[in-house]
Amino acid sequence: MTEPLLFVECLQKSFGGLSATDGVSLQVSHDSIHAIIGPNGAGKTTLLSQLFGQLRPDAGRIVFNGTDVTHASTSARVRLGMARSFQITSLCLNLSVLENVLLASQLRRGGWTGFWRRATASRDAVEHSETVLAQIGLLERRRDVVEQLSHGEQRQLEVAVALALDPLLLLLDEPLAGLGPDEATKMIALLKNLKGSVSMLLIEHDIEAVFSLADRITVLDFGRVIASGPADEIRGHPDVRKAYLGHEEEEHA
Amino acid sequence: MNRVENRLAGIVLVLTLAVIPAIAFAFDAIFALTFATRILILAAAAVSLNLILGYGGLLSLCHSTFLGLGAYVVGIGGYHAYNDEIAWMADGFVQLCAILVLSAGAAAIIGVISLRTRGMYFLMITLAFGQILYLAAIGAYQYGGDEGMTIFQPSTFAGFALQGRFVMYAAAAIFFCVSVLVVERLTRSRFGLVLQASRMNEARVCALGYDPMRVRLVAFIISGVMAGMAGFLLANNAEFVSPIDLHWTRSADLVIMVVLGGLGIGLGPLFGTALLLIVEELASGMSPHWPIIVGVMVLLVALFMPRGLAGLVSSEKRHD
Repeated sequence: MTEPLLFVECLQKSFGGLSATDGVSLQVSHDSIHAIIGPNGAGKTTLLSQLFGQLRPDAGRIVFNGTDVTHASTSARVRLGMARSFQITSLCLNLSVLENVLLASQLRRGGWTGFWRRATASRDAVEHSETVLAQIGLLERRRDVVEQLSHGEQRQLEVAVALALDPLLLLLDEPLAGLGPDEATKMIALLKNLKGSVSMLLIEHDIEAVFSLADRITVLDFGRVIASGPADEIRGHPDVRKAYLGHEEEEHA
Repeated sequence: MNRVENRLAGIVLVLTLAVIPAIAFAFDAIFALTFATRILILAAAAVSLNLILGYGGLLSLCHSTFLGLGAYVVGIGGYHAYNDEIAWMADGFVQLCAILVLSAGAAAIIGVISLRTRGMYFLMITLAFGQILYLAAIGAYQYGGDEGMTIFQPSTFAGFALQGRFVMYAAAAIFFCVSVLVVERLTRSRFGLVLQASRMNEARVCALGYDPMRVRLVAFIISGVMAGMAGFLLANNAEFVSPIDLHWTRSADLVIMVVLGGLGIGLGPLFGTALLLIVEELASGMSPHWPIIVGVMVLLVALFMPRGLAGLVSSEKRHD
């Protein structure tokens, strides 16, 4: 078996007496989508923040693409090939769509140490940004200020910015949050399109979307993994039904 | 963003600056030229402050420290050239090199410590550093202590002394234009994009793998060096330097100039500086309470003109 892209072992994080992450282990293999589901407060975003280096775990180990990154900074992880999108859209609202993506594109194409030439004059970074925008379907809006975009378009741009970092692994925190049905369908199609070219670790509440996208699913509750396995297996798992799908089951019964 | 508007503003600026000496000469109001020179030098300092304040979002209260540092290099160099006949100490190139090293060094030290903090703490640390150098200048008895000193020996470039109203005006006008151009280029560059994005959304910039502190430190150093250069002209123009030039209230004046003119707008500081100095010139003779007028102006601009005076004529949008 080949080594997984992301390997997390016994991750531990508590805030005071509250265990937000309690011995979480999981693996994300190359070119797959791994979803993390669980009720509100299960510790999904806390887990993601630790994987991305924004929170320090108390114990445990994170190995990314063969490198131990447990104590690495966010910026080191980005350079190794991680990228994250946020649950609450986190863009520079008064910059143009292109400039937002350009910020990401230029990281691997010379960085920020250009002082005289216009940022928009570096051809390779701009071309790369436009390729990503075309892929996401926002190319026509590249000159618009982000503020003018609809919520759905901002969510798409959020993914585009992460994608423009050329990541091996995309950490997506609720990409469907607040989207209408049409927009959600578009986003799901978009993520399906990306499947195979980049691995994804996906947090999402929309269960149908998760089952249609994910190869593997990990279920968290109170910071602990209560189930983990292929999507089909999880759908029928009794503990999962109880912790997560419980209400619906009772209603249907 | 708007290249046509930028070109137009540049042409109007250069023409205006070229016409002012002619008008001053025609109306036999040469003193006005010295006043215009002072406006241009302080406006250039405000332009450099705008880089970190308007674009970078860093409210620094030690910008006059760099201005004063540059002025004292000219004062101290002139003092030794005049009294001890050490001619090279008044050499303009030597002085500019010294200013480059000193202001970059000071900015690096102040920046490394203060940029670890944000907001109020950043403001207080920069203020503290500024006051340390202010007190050091007061303690320098050889160079006039708290009374300051008159500069008898101006800076010289290859035997040519930097003095005379027209020469000073030309030097200030050129320096101002270069400063505006430099800040304009910087803010549009990759560095400027990351600097501005760090102000708007620091978490995002971190998530993109950048270190905002490093970018801010570079901005702080560039801005400090530019202010040091402005201090070089300020001292030669006033032929006088005193610890007051380093006092934190001078830094606050520069902040007011930037805010009145328009945060994050290229030419904004010129409007703010001109307004502040003209009000000071006209009103300070009437009443000792003239700063009240400045207070009211700042209030009105903050409430009704968030883009400052320059916002009235520029379509340039400040990126928040």
